[in-house]
Amino acid sequence: MRRPNPLRLAAIAAVGALALGACGSSSTTPSGSGSTAPGGMKVPDLKPLDKLGTAEGKVSVLAWPGYVEDGSNDPKVDWISDFEKASGCEVSVKTFGTSDEAVQLMRTGQYDVVSASGDATLRLIAAGDVEPINTSLLKNYGDIFESLKMQKHNSVNGVAYGAPHGRGANLLMYRTDLVSPAPDSWAAVFDNVGGQKGKVTAYDSPIYIADAALYLMKTKPDLGIKNPYALDEKQLAAAVDLLKAQKANVGEYWSDYLKQIQAFKAGTSTVGTTWQVIVNVAKGEGAKVEAVLPKEGATGWSDTWMLSAKSQAKTCGYLLIDHLTSPKANAAIAEYFGEAPGNKKACAETADKNHCATFHAEDEAYFSQVWYWNTPIEACLDGRTDVKCTDYATWTKAWTEIRG
Amino acid sequence: MKRKTPYGLLAAPLLWLVVAYLGALASIFATAFFTTDSFTNEVVPGFSLDNFRALATGTYAGIVGRTLLIAALVTVLCVGLAVPFAFVMARVVPARWRSVGLALVLVPLWASYLVKAYAWRAMLQPEGVLERTLGGTPGYGFVAVVLTLTYLWLPYMILPVYAGFERLPESHLEASADLGGSDWATFRRVVLPALGPSIAAGTVFTFSLSLGDYIAVSIVGGKLQMLGTAVLQNNVLDLPFAAALGTVSVVIMVIYLVAMRRTGALENL
Repeated sequence: MRRPNPLRLAAIAAVGALALGACGSSSTTPSGSGSTAPGGMKVPDLKPLDKLGTAEGKVSVLAWPGYVEDGSNDPKVDWISDFEKASGCEVSVKTFGTSDEAVQLMRTGQYDVVSASGDATLRLIAAGDVEPINTSLLKNYGDIFESLKMQKHNSVNGVAYGAPHGRGANLLMYRTDLVSPAPDSWAAVFDNVGGQKGKVTAYDSPIYIADAALYLMKTKPDLGIKNPYALDEKQLAAAVDLLKAQKANVGEYWSDYLKQIQAFKAGTSTVGTTWQVIVNVAKGEGAKVEAVLPKEGATGWSDTWMLSAKSQAKTCGYLLIDHLTSPKANAAIAEYFGEAPGNKKACAETADKNHCATFHAEDEAYFSQVWYWNTPIEACLDGRTDVKCTDYATWTKAWTEIRG
Repeated sequence: MKRKTPYGLLAAPLLWLVVAYLGALASIFATAFFTTDSFTNEVVPGFSLDNFRALATGTYAGIVGRTLLIAALVTVLCVGLAVPFAFVMARVVPARWRSVGLALVLVPLWASYLVKAYAWRAMLQPEGVLERTLGGTPGYGFVAVVLTLTYLWLPYMILPVYAGFERLPESHLEASADLGGSDWATFRRVVLPALGPSIAAGTVFTFSLSLGDYIAVSIVGGKLQMLGTAVLQNNVLDLPFAAALGTVSVVIMVIYLVAMRRTGALENL
């Protein structure tokens, strides 16, 4: 090797420093001015749109799989093509597998609209990634269930940050021919795996720790868990131990829904947490699977359509959000994904007239048993003040430790 | 300047190398000292050694150790398969068939990496090809990852070893035979030493590609976690920590390349 030229080294160092400077300035938090929400969260000062302009021609959406279908996956499943013709906004979709992925992708600024669950919404709001919504620009906003609007996860200081879309519960899916008796408890993936050793599957995200906490909340009351997203150190340690024990029985962790479908069809996974849409697609492909809401209740989601603060297609963004929360489209999504619609009038538009009853669209007592995904923070969400709770960063480290 | 050097021609690639390549590496390294906002997961510039301290915990030592073991096993398997294959191709097969052999080695490289990994996923599943023909399958996990990676990187080992065999003068083999060396003695004492640098060059590919892999392991690895998947998981949630993890693989590769340089492998790439 030739001796390095000192001049060249200096040049490399200078360029490196430039690159560092650039990367440092681009990642600063947009704080400074802005208001503080209850709980100490700082919110940047952003203004919602006053009025709609002309359609920009295209809009890109970041969505859970099954939320924005234009017929390319299944020609019969399409609630986007007509919208594209009517509005003049061409829709492109990118799906994600976990809320963490959604937050990270949204930060790239390449997407105009996002379907955010409760464990993503506040992170996006606090970082200034999404902006407040002018609800008067959404024709269908008035028809959305009051119990979903202006909640802690989609509004700050009385300002709405999006249009509620729908809600549901994470279910327990199993192979009907391989798992008997049919499970009715999360014990089937934790304490009582039986013959399914090595074929259990679990969701590959730190938020799955809440599923273990929920199970402990019902089976080990002396731990004193009141909310699966508010765990002090001792409670988190118990959940981590449960998940480490579970790992011995796990065959695969999943976050890609297509891979989960394939695993259940092949029988490499036979029992584990899932979404209704996965059950529907797997059944459609001939897999012998069924899903139940276990007796302990479940974690779940309440989703909100949000608009990127950096969007260059805000008019199309509003039009799309309005379309997706309109009775017909909202009903189609709710049935395809398997969740309760957000729009009251959607209940009259579903193909299965019992859909809203089956998914408890108006049943607040039912949803009090469903723990919507939420971001764990240091201030305990269950109201305890005598102890510090573990935040999501701690959960993240714990999850890597569990995965080993 | 007396001698004319075409600096103008070099400017664009040099700029690319320094800014896009070394600049990116430098910024990854610097990011490793940053922290994140515990609520929004946003990167907060600053200086903290916490990320490197966290690397020293048992969990990550286990992940790094497992990844090194997989990379080493894949490399050993690739050498074991490539040497006899390249020998047959370069020395036994008539010259006009050599290009056919070479083409057969290269054909798998035309198929997408993902397609090949998913093909292994299908083959390894219960009642898949492996179980039906061989009567058993290792299932998804450690063995599946080693098998799949060995398959994926084998051509990168065969090519330099084949080139090494081609360069080996026929006269050396004849000399060995004339001096009474058996086939095995010739192979062990003449061929292998001459081939050393070529094999070492191949291992640079198989080892580094295995070290950084995260796709094959997420497809056939089951619940297995490797350095690449740990970086991916943290890339989403804790970028500075992912950067610290990424630094580990850079350091391992630098050590490996320095060691390989002593064998003369880098002149054979």
